[in-house]
Amino acid sequence: MDYLIIGNSAAGIGGVEGIRKNDPEGKITVVSDEPYHCYSRPLISYFLSGKVDYEKMKYRADDFYQKNNIETRLGTRVRTLKPSGKKVVLETGEVIKYDKLLLATGGLPFVPPVKGSDKENIYTFIKLDDAYRLKDIVETPGKSGSQSAVILGAGLIGLKVAEALAKLGLKVTVVELADRVLSTILDQEAAAIIQKHLEDKGIRFNLADTIEEFAGNKKANTARLKSGFTLDCDLGIVAVGVRPNLELVKDTPLEVNRGILINNQMETSIEDIYASGDVCEGQDMLRGTSGVIPIWPNAYNQGLTAGQNMAGADQSYDECFARNSIGFFGLPMITAGIINPLEEEIDQYEIYRQDSPGDNSYKKIIIKDDRIVGFICINNVDRAGILTGLIKEQKNIADIKDKILNADFGYLSFSEEWRREKLTK
Amino acid sequence: MKKVFAREEYCLGCKLCEVYCVTSHSRSKDVVKAHKSEEITPAVIIESGENLSFALQCRHCDDAPCVRACITGAMQKDPETGIVKYDENKCVGCWTCIMTCPYGAVKRDEYNRNIISKCDLCSETGEPACAANCPNNALVYKEQEEEGE
Repeated sequence: MDYLIIGNSAAGIGGVEGIRKNDPEGKITVVSDEPYHCYSRPLISYFLSGKVDYEKMKYRADDFYQKNNIETRLGTRVRTLKPSGKKVVLETGEVIKYDKLLLATGGLPFVPPVKGSDKENIYTFIKLDDAYRLKDIVETPGKSGSQSAVILGAGLIGLKVAEALAKLGLKVTVVELADRVLSTILDQEAAAIIQKHLEDKGIRFNLADTIEEFAGNKKANTARLKSGFTLDCDLGIVAVGVRPNLELVKDTPLEVNRGILINNQMETSIEDIYASGDVCEGQDMLRGTSGVIPIWPNAYNQGLTAGQNMAGADQSYDECFARNSIGFFGLPMITAGIINPLEEEIDQYEIYRQDSPGDNSYKKIIIKDDRIVGFICINNVDRAGILTGLIKEQKNIADIKDKILNADFGYLSFSEEWRREKLTK
Repeated sequence: MKKVFAREEYCLGCKLCEVYCVTSHSRSKDVVKAHKSEEITPAVIIESGENLSFALQCRHCDDAPCVRACITGAMQKDPETGIVKYDENKCVGCWTCIMTCPYGAVKRDEYNRNIISKCDLCSETGEPACAANCPNNALVYKEQEEEGE
C-alpha cells in the first residue's frame, strides 16, 4: 500500500502515526512546501520573542521520519493533484502515485483588500518563515526600541504577535473591526479583562475600526484608519484570520464548501482521498452544523483518524468543536464551545458566571438542555479539562449545576456511581 | 498496566500521598529537605469535601487525549511502560493538556516555572510513593481490572 500525505504539521503527523498504528510496512511519503522538520506552529510567536529556539519547536524527535520509515519531500510544492490517475505532480516534475491520499495542507492567511497591504513591510504571521522574516527586521541592532508595529486583527494570531513584538520593545497598536479582542472566543467581560491586561503591558487598541490604507512608498510608514486616525507604521501585520488552503483541489471534482468537506471518518467526496486539519470542513458537534475549526487538537485527532482509516481501520472522530488554551504576559485562559449564544436564542441557555475583578479571574459556563456547551476560564484554568470532558460526553449535569462554580468542583461533585465508573479506569 | 486506584471509603484526607509524592520527586528523597529546600509541585490531586475525600492521579489513558492535543510533542505515552509522561524541556506551559484532560489530573507548576506537573507513577523509583505510603490503603497500585471483571 502506498500512502501519500501532503502537509507536515499536526494533521499530517497525525496521519503518519495513524497509518503506522495499523500498517507498519506500507510506504508513506510526506510532501510539504516547508523545508523544515515538523514543528509546532503555535510556537512561532514564542520563537519570535526568543522564548524558544528552532530545536525546541520540533514537534517530534529528530529520528521521527526514519523511525517511521517515511520518505519525505520537504521544501517541495505539489503542483497538481490528479485524482483520476491517483497521482500528484511535484514542482520538480516528480510524479508520486498513491493508493491512499491525505490532504493536510492547512490554512493560508486571509488578507482583506486593504490598500497598500502588498507593501514590503506588511506581513502575515502563520508559519516559521514568517517568524524568521520578522525576527530579522526587529533584531536589527538599535532599531527595535524605536519601531512601531501596527497589527490588523485582535484574534489569537494578532494578539500573540502583538505580545511577542511588545516583549521585543516595539510600540504595538492593534486595530480590530469588532468591538472587543478575541471576539470569537471571549464574551464582553472576558475580553475587557484581557484588553486591560494587554494595555497594562503597553499594547494599544483601536477597536471597532479598521485600516483603510497602509500608506507610504515601497514601505508603508503610516496606517490610515477608517475613523480618520493615523498610526506610525514601521511594520504592519495582517492577522484577520486563516482560510483553508484549497489551491491543490480547486481544479478537481473534490467537494468543497469553505473547506474540503469530510465525514467523521475523514473521507472526502472522492474515494481514497482523506482530509484533516485546517483545510477541511467537518461536523461541529456542538452546533450540529458543518464548519472549519482550525485548532491544533482537532487537526492532530483528525489526522490520526484519517491515517488509521487509510490503513484499513474503521475509526471516527466526532469531537470537533472550538477550544483554545492561550495566555498573554502570564495571564492564561481556556475557552471552549459556544460562548456567545445568539441573542434570539438566549432563552435556551443557562449561564453561570463568576468573576473576581481583583485578580483577573473570570469564569462563565454555558449550559443548554442540562448539558455544558461552552465555557470561559480566565486566570484560574486549573482542571478546566473536566468541563471539556463533560462537553464531549454531553453529560447531563442537572443534579450538580449548583456546584459547578464551586472552587472545589471536581469528581467529588458527581454521583458516587459516575465517579467510580470514571476513576476505576 | 498497573495504576494507582483510590478507595474513597478508606481515605482519611491526611494528604500523606501529597507529601510522599513530593519526596519521591525530589533530589534529596528526604521528606523535610524536599519540602523545605526544593520546589516540587505534587502530582497528586486531593479532592475533599465534608464527608468525602480521595486522591486522584493521571489515569495514564490508553489513548491519552493530552498526548494527542499537546502542541509541542512534550507529552508522550511510553509504548513499553504505558506511562504518560512529559518532557520538561519541551513543555512551554500552554496548558492545552489542562484544557484536555477529563480528569483534571494535570497541574500547573506551583513555583512559577512555566511547565506542568503530573503523575509519572514514580518511574524513577518504580513504585508510586503515594500508594506505598498511604496509611489506610486508600490508594492501591495494581493492575487495571478488565471490563466485566
